Amino acid sequence: MDTPILEMRNITKTFPGVKALKDVSFQVQKGEIHCVVGENGAGKSTLMKVLSGVYPFGDYSGDILFEGQVQKFTSIRDSEHAGIAIIYQELALVPELKVYENIFLGNEIKNRFTINWNETIKRARQALDKVKLDVNPEAKVKDLGVGKQQLVEIAKALSRDTKVLILDEPTSALNESDSENLLHLLRDLKVHGVTCIMISHKLKEVIAIADRVTVLRDGQTVITLDAHKGQVTETVLIKHMVGREIDNIYPVRESKPSNEIVLEVKDWNAYDPQLGRTILRDVNFNVKKGEIVGFAGLMGSGRTELALSLFGNAKRYRVNGEMFVHGKKANYTHPQYAIQDGVAYSTEDRKAAGLILIQDVKHNISLANLRAIAQRGVVNENAEIQVAEKYRTALNIKTPSIEQKVSNLSGGNQQKVCLGKWLFVNPNVLILDEPTRGIDVGAKFEIYSIMNKLVEQGMSIIMISSELPEVLGMSDRVYIVSAGRITGELPIQEATQEKIMALATN
Amino acid sequence: MSAVNSPNAGPLSPVSGTQAAPSFLASLRRVLQENIRDYAMFIALFLIMAFFTYTTNGLFLSSRNIANLLNQTGYIAVLAVGMTLVIIIRQIDLSVGFLSGFLGALAAIAMAKYGLPVWLVIPMVLVLGAIAGLITAYPIARLGIPSFVASLAGWLIYRGLLLVVLAGTGTVIIADEIFNAIGNGYLPDFLPIAPGVHTITILLGVLAIIFYIWSEFSNRGKKQAYNFEVLPMNLFVLKLVFVTAILAGITWILAGYNGLSWTVVIMLIVVGVYHFITTQTVLGRHIYAVGGNPEAAELSGINVRRIIFIVFASMGFLASLSGILFASRLRSATPTAGTLFELDAIAAAYIGGVSAAGGVGTIIGSLIGALVYTSLTNGMNLMQMDIAYQYVIRGAVLAIAVIFDVMTRNRAK
Repeated sequence: MDTPILEMRNITKTFPGVKALKDVSFQVQKGEIHCVVGENGAGKSTLMKVLSGVYPFGDYSGDILFEGQVQKFTSIRDSEHAGIAIIYQELALVPELKVYENIFLGNEIKNRFTINWNETIKRARQALDKVKLDVNPEAKVKDLGVGKQQLVEIAKALSRDTKVLILDEPTSALNESDSENLLHLLRDLKVHGVTCIMISHKLKEVIAIADRVTVLRDGQTVITLDAHKGQVTETVLIKHMVGREIDNIYPVRESKPSNEIVLEVKDWNAYDPQLGRTILRDVNFNVKKGEIVGFAGLMGSGRTELALSLFGNAKRYRVNGEMFVHGKKANYTHPQYAIQDGVAYSTEDRKAAGLILIQDVKHNISLANLRAIAQRGVVNENAEIQVAEKYRTALNIKTPSIEQKVSNLSGGNQQKVCLGKWLFVNPNVLILDEPTRGIDVGAKFEIYSIMNKLVEQGMSIIMISSELPEVLGMSDRVYIVSAGRITGELPIQEATQEKIMALATN
Repeated sequence: MSAVNSPNAGPLSPVSGTQAAPSFLASLRRVLQENIRDYAMFIALFLIMAFFTYTTNGLFLSSRNIANLLNQTGYIAVLAVGMTLVIIIRQIDLSVGFLSGFLGALAAIAMAKYGLPVWLVIPMVLVLGAIAGLITAYPIARLGIPSFVASLAGWLIYRGLLLVVLAGTGTVIIADEIFNAIGNGYLPDFLPIAPGVHTITILLGVLAIIFYIWSEFSNRGKKQAYNFEVLPMNLFVLKLVFVTAILAGITWILAGYNGLSWTVVIMLIVVGVYHFITTQTVLGRHIYAVGGNPEAAELSGINVRRIIFIVFASMGFLASLSGILFASRLRSATPTAGTLFELDAIAAAYIGGVSAAGGVGTIIGSLIGALVYTSLTNGMNLMQMDIAYQYVIRGAVLAIAVIFDVMTRNRAK
């Protein structure tokens, strides 16, 4: 345990105009689980990309030592060859290929001219055994759940004789039980001598699993803490990440919801013709003016589908049931009618479905309500600039200018751009789907504060969230969704994590 | 690559605000580097024209040839404008070449065989074009059929229909002089001051220059008011002088022959209208949004299907305009009209900087792309180059343009 298997020394990496990493050093001991934490934009992912050769040698300054040797990786292939494998937040499997094809993709077992499929399947089984995943290697990856896909990725890495496994936010897309599973597996791999580096926002997991934790802030190493010396606690980590103590990460709300019902849904059913199954069954709920209603549930329980089916049914499910907005029956055939009627939906996947990444902040903010700043179809660009500047200031969007492409912003700031877009629409009911997913503690607090201010002004918010503390910290009332049904409704005074979990797995 | 990518050691340059004015050459270099993609097409066009002027002893730049070149560009540029929007929303339309040929033939037959008046025929054909576009859009927008396949079907169908309508007659000669003037006529000069100089053209050129300078200054003022970065004054003046010189040069060259042709007028109107739509209107924003991220656009209340229908209808409309321009230019409808037009238009759009990934591309860019493309053809014809080599060179230019585009884009990341 005393010679580091991996050491990064004085790594500095510059992007045009930005120093992403400043003189970062850290050591990883053989066989440990080493977590890297930090706010978004702290440089964690950049550091891992340097390590895995995505940013080739010469593109950064400083040294990477692996097993005592200075490494000069020029591609991922080089680092994989050396025994370093990286598993990204977004999975890198080919959905249409089978499990065993994916595991040996790029590393095929060959006879002289052809692939030896029998051997491949056999070895794939062994790799799957290592990660304790009981699936048919001949199944297509797209037919597996996200949790299982992640395990397939790890199996793929292990099939290549990996010594250091890097996981970038591995549980961000997993539900609680899959996350548990994954953490178990990592402990198990540790016993077998695999070294793990895990980047995570979920501090509870970090505390549960890490041997040591390195905290990055603004591209610099702040500190490395040793869990075995009792140095790793949530307050300590948060303090180092943000450089200040956060006493209460859920800001207090002054207002109470009124009794006026703004949105009511009755006997709502939806059938997804593409999946060929019913995804929502007999859903009934309501939302009051000035209320934050939490929707809790496991991943895939149907919360996002419910929101989409209400919000103009963009996915074209076959829907029946009744929906009333301000007591008036609503029948939206497209999101544009929902928006016109004061119902807005901010997606859980801001990159894929929320933002036009190649466009700038200004265009993204104005997108859903261009007509408000247009006369006879011609956009008034001065008005647009004023609108964008207004929301940049109000939401504290950190960007050099509103002409910056949103792809260059950090996750938290991208989320604020999404919010800005919907606030410009000025809805009565705002559905926020995983509003703080993948963003750092500081930005979360800001978003919570914004939500509070909105409901104080009389807006109603439906918050879909997979983070139970968030649901409990922010909601006035909680609905629990499981397998397309609402399995429970709890006023916030009665809601506990245990009760919600019990209903969500109902 | 890594040498190019290496971080610049200098201090971080603020995006807005004022700093000590750097030297003229240094700021010129920086501006060129940062905007190389925007300027590259103009530079390429300039180099190509200079090259042909040199190899043809100035014949290329003669009034007569430039007038001819612009008239040749007309029917491709019009298609390229439509195709730009189609590619921006991540689609393709292969059917437009033969659609333009087919609609040109319909116009010819309507006038020659049925004796319909030209003022009725032209709107009728334009409307038919838009309808044809809607028909192509239907399977794409409603049923999710890939546009490559849907429009390939159209390609075959319109090719067949073109042959069907001309089956009895073969080539149909168009006698109507008004119709033929579209592709061959010039603006009348009702203020003849000097012999051999087209006064109206000069006048329009001067107006264009004044408008250009005014709009540049007004834009600059707006940007400064919001503290956005603007060109340093010396560079700004240089740009004004440069563009003014080009506009004046073109005006002078055209005025030395017959002046502005109707084809050029139509082309400029189409480019102007589409440039306005794409840069200034809600519709234009929605088109770029659909191209940039269709799912996000849909969830922002933009009806993606509707945008697909509109863009394809506009494509069909422009295809029929292109067919009219071409038939008029030839004073006849032929069974081969429209052959490969769609690919010329696609090539022009790509040379002009549109991206197959969607959401990127400009109307002005595609106009320049079309000019580059026809300049090559025209110049090589003047050089009496073998047609076989002409294809090779045009292909090489297309490849270089796209490679350059991708490389500069990657660097911008």
